[in-house]
Amino acid sequence: MSAVQETVAQVRAIDVDQYKYGFVTDIESEKAPKGLSEDTVRYISAKKGEPEWMLAWRLDAYRRWLGLQEPTWARVSYPQIDFQDYYYFAQPKRAPQSVDEIDPEILKTYEKLGIPLRERDALLGIEGASGSRVAVDAVFDSVSVATTFKAELAKAGVIFCSISEALREHPDLVRQYLGSVVPASDNFYATLNAAVFSDGSFVYVPKGVRCPMELSTYFRINERNTGQFERTLIIADEGAYVSYLEGCTAPQRDENQLHAAVVELVALKDAEIKYSTVQNWYPGDKDGKGGIYNFVTKRGDCRGDNSKISWTQVETGSAITWKYPSCILRGDNSRGEFYSIAISNGHQQVDSGTKMVHLGKNTSSRIISKGISAGRSNNTYRGLVSAHRKATGARNFTNCDSLLIGDTCGAHTVPYMEAKNASAVFEHEATTSKISDDQLFYCLQRGLSQEEAVALIVNGFVRDVLQQLPMEFAVEAQKLIAVSLEGSVG
Amino acid sequence: MNANLRPVRTAAEQSLIDMLDARLAAPPLGSARLNDLRQEARAAFADNGLPTRRVEDWHYTDLRAALRGVSPLAGDAAEPAAPSAFVEALRVTLVNGRPQTLPSDLPPGLTLLSLADAIAADHPLLELIASDGPAQYDAALALNTGFLGEGIILHVAAGAQIPQAVEIAQLFSGAEPGCIFTRILVVVEDGAALRLIERFEGPAERAYLDNAVIELRLGDGARVDHVRVQAEGEAATHLGTLATTLGRETHYDLFVLTLGAALSRLTVYGRFAGHDSHMGVRGASLLAGARHADVTLFVDHAVARCESRELFKTVLADRARGVFQGKIIVRPDAQKTDGRMMSQALLLSDDAEMDNKPELEIFADDVQCGHGATAGALDDTTLFYLMSRGLPEKEAEMLLIQAFAGEAVEFVADAEMREAITARLTAWLALRAG
Repeated sequence: MSAVQETVAQVRAIDVDQYKYGFVTDIESEKAPKGLSEDTVRYISAKKGEPEWMLAWRLDAYRRWLGLQEPTWARVSYPQIDFQDYYYFAQPKRAPQSVDEIDPEILKTYEKLGIPLRERDALLGIEGASGSRVAVDAVFDSVSVATTFKAELAKAGVIFCSISEALREHPDLVRQYLGSVVPASDNFYATLNAAVFSDGSFVYVPKGVRCPMELSTYFRINERNTGQFERTLIIADEGAYVSYLEGCTAPQRDENQLHAAVVELVALKDAEIKYSTVQNWYPGDKDGKGGIYNFVTKRGDCRGDNSKISWTQVETGSAITWKYPSCILRGDNSRGEFYSIAISNGHQQVDSGTKMVHLGKNTSSRIISKGISAGRSNNTYRGLVSAHRKATGARNFTNCDSLLIGDTCGAHTVPYMEAKNASAVFEHEATTSKISDDQLFYCLQRGLSQEEAVALIVNGFVRDVLQQLPMEFAVEAQKLIAVSLEGSVG
Repeated sequence: MNANLRPVRTAAEQSLIDMLDARLAAPPLGSARLNDLRQEARAAFADNGLPTRRVEDWHYTDLRAALRGVSPLAGDAAEPAAPSAFVEALRVTLVNGRPQTLPSDLPPGLTLLSLADAIAADHPLLELIASDGPAQYDAALALNTGFLGEGIILHVAAGAQIPQAVEIAQLFSGAEPGCIFTRILVVVEDGAALRLIERFEGPAERAYLDNAVIELRLGDGARVDHVRVQAEGEAATHLGTLATTLGRETHYDLFVLTLGAALSRLTVYGRFAGHDSHMGVRGASLLAGARHADVTLFVDHAVARCESRELFKTVLADRARGVFQGKIIVRPDAQKTDGRMMSQALLLSDDAEMDNKPELEIFADDVQCGHGATAGALDDTTLFYLMSRGLPEKEAEMLLIQAFAGEAVEFVADAEMREAITARLTAWLALRAG
């Protein structure tokens, strides 16, 4: 109950149309020339001091991208994007050597966001707490600025660093896995990312290791007209376990910023990866001006037998979301999960869902999606579940519920189910409703105010998904839900 | 994806355009409006051609790849042996789209007209043809409109309760394969009631193309119980379109039984134009061999307080492929909408495939909408239970399949029609069991 009250307090405390993370940080930064060409790709690669094969890979992706068409099948509409009008690379001028050398402005930014970058602060912050600590990799515009707890992770054999660093320190690992889940020419945005990605996180958990702490990345777009293209690669070797969280924010700008990330997960035999996202990019103002275009390709490959990949996402931000975290269930007995809360308000457009591709024997997947639309937004769940000829014993359960608040928003469900095997069992159910008058009335007559009642019902509606989040994030997510819905309740 | 990206025309597309041009070059048939409709349809087809997988509404049926060639329009042919009665009904037989002798002893309130006669006489009901179609381009519908000329018009006067069921049997006949484009218009005026049966049959050995469009208009307070039995020949291609517009406080129930054709596609456009109406769209597809059957529904809740129920059962044996796409659209003013959609598939073979895509598109908040979809094999425990009670495996299987498909048949209100459908189900199962 206390969390619900907190939600309500949050709603009250905030004026309509306030994005808490909308500040801009003044940092001198170095940018690649505006626009996209082979030279931009070479510039980025040179800046990163990448090996020759990496540049060749990028250029190949760029050439393929030129021949691709922007996808139009999603239920989102936006003006034609001029890909020459963006900066594809921006980095703070002073390259930090250690956390202590980070530009104080950036540190301040992350403090404002509530991300402790200094280990000692982090330690102080949680003293006396349950002892759970979170290692953070912070990505500012195009580059990773700091990664914490590296030494301690190294003791366990876990590699957690920025992907540029990984390219220098562990090129063989990167070369082996990069693009093996999302190939360079996978789709329009993934191909663009392959050509110009600037940074991101890299995680490798060796055989049999259970990663001793939660890993986290925080992404922030700061510069004007900048596209952020990060690439995350997580590998859990045989029997390993890792839980990873990512969060994202951006300043309030009138123009639309572009974010096209790629996330690749590889789970080998008996490994488990839990990937949680709290996405809170700037959604645009109340008239739908500005906001981030979030075109993300996320895919996990359950490559080994008995492996498991679980996606949990809380999507509250972005003007446009185009995102389908997927699982390829290749190994026998592998398992994929997708838990999602997608909230849209104002003029936001969300087209999100998942893909569960059953290839191995006795694979199972579970999809729980909760969409809440308010204001003038449109919220679409789009998901694919398929079982191939050899996927005997495949099992899927899908549940997607939508809640509409107000009569000017839209909620849509587009599931695709392709069963090519008789022993596959697929179940799908979806409902759409508004907050029932009976439920509201019941809460009101028990003495709750209208706002408290709505918050209680909405929190109940998304509870299945919130329970899947790591504890530290669950509280934040609950607050975020309330803030996202502010102005729409009552 | 993009019109100007369209690859070169296929042979089938080109011959269809040539046939359309030949049709349009003939002396004008009917009013200026009809000719404009044909010209527009021809232009739309020339621009868009046959749908591919990239066209979302045809995602699982690549008609462009499937239609290798097109045979010429089917001409007059001898009336084949009449199919056995489905239920006791007033029968109208169309051979290659042309109505044969129309029954003369019609009950009061019922009018039957051949479309060709209606066009020659510039009948006022023709105004209703293609006046309320889907907004998006539909290749099957456009082709049918382009060739508009053969078919029938059925009119039920206000308040008339037609006692007999009316059966429209559409048959293909000919020594060579051919194409049929049939248009049927059914107008049921305010407060009238009609039981309608549509049947599609043809010889097993002819690879003919049957493109059939039926448009139904229900006036306020009207009731129509509609059964559609598609039992085309083994090698046929069946492209069916059914567009229904419902007035206020109407009751419309459709049952679709899909048994035949190598490739079949049925698109149902159901639109609520008046509030407090009910629409039930249900069906069973029994598919064996290498059949491909696609049922695609668009249920458009354009006004408030309407109820729709969709339930489809697909049984797949051998290498058959079933497709169900259903879309419930709830427009901004359609408050208090109640929509339920369910598609269930039973896969009897590892080579069979079922593709389900039930969609909800909702723009109003005070609604109750749900959809579900399942796919799976027969339940081993239930099968075991029946066998432990002494039923042979084949029989137990048949019983379970019958029960599975029967759930949809139950909703057919008319007992006679229900029994006739069940008899078809049983016959299919018996044939399969050998």
